[in-house]
Amino acid sequence: MPRARVLIRPKEGILDPQGKAVERALPALGFEGIEHVRVGRMVELEAEDPERLGELCEKLLANPLIEDYEIEQLDGAA
Amino acid sequence: MRWGVLQFPGSCDERDALQACRRTGSEARLIWHEERDLDGIDAVVVPGGFSYGDYLRAGAIARFSPAMEAVSGFAAEGGPVLGICNGFQVLCEAGLLPGALLLNESMRFTCRQLDLIAAGGERLSIPAKHGEGRYFAPDEALDALEANGQVAYRYAPGQNPNGSARDIAGVRNEAGNVVGLMPHPEHAVDPLTGSTDGLRVFEAVAAAGTAA
Repeated sequence: MPRARVLIRPKEGILDPQGKAVERALPALGFEGIEHVRVGRMVELEAEDPERLGELCEKLLANPLIEDYEIEQLDGAA
Repeated sequence: MRWGVLQFPGSCDERDALQACRRTGSEARLIWHEERDLDGIDAVVVPGGFSYGDYLRAGAIARFSPAMEAVSGFAAEGGPVLGICNGFQVLCEAGLLPGALLLNESMRFTCRQLDLIAAGGERLSIPAKHGEGRYFAPDEALDALEANGQVAYRYAPGQNPNGSARDIAGVRNEAGNVVGLMPHPEHAVDPLTGSTDGLRVFEAVAAAGTAA
């Protein structure tokens, strides 16, 4: 079955406290010069009908009000 | 008057909600998440907790349960629905209420007694306990909520525990029969725990249904 990966992240402009916390922790570990950290989710799945993944994202995997998503087809599919 | 209180795997405040409904002088029973039958139910509580483990996003899975499908129909017909905490998140995910609840600005789970100001100006002392209670909606949507009188509860000035937009603690739908809030009125129904103001929230929802 075709494999796909869905990346979900907080929409631009929405405060992401997790990203901020990660960002603030970095200098203590010696990582300087890293900014604008955003923490999201990644969902891997196999879909018989990859055409329907957009609908799946809109209805369940992401909340379009607060999150953006990207669908990445694996296995070299279009 | 008979209340139905939904119970999902992971709910944890349904019994306090039952107790609160009964203390308003009504009957109340639990409705398991696989039930679809709301016959004889006059008002519904979607209670707090961690339905389905809060997997994916708080409320995202509960929204598709048979009981919630029934509640959507019930709400569409004007039936009164009260969503508390996780129940508020479920109602937003289900599209029965506008907006979304995000991770608290502080990144900390908050648990404290605080003051709410109801739309009518009444001040209520009610506890809040949540990690994802930061109310969000786009600015235009917030303007519309305020213009339509859909902001049901605000945190009293200086007491916003989570970074919610415009201090919003709870909202109602346009028709006024569906109300959701993050703080827990069902935990403020006995003088032993410091306040009985929570009963006012249940009474207001019941009255919204009676008026419909």
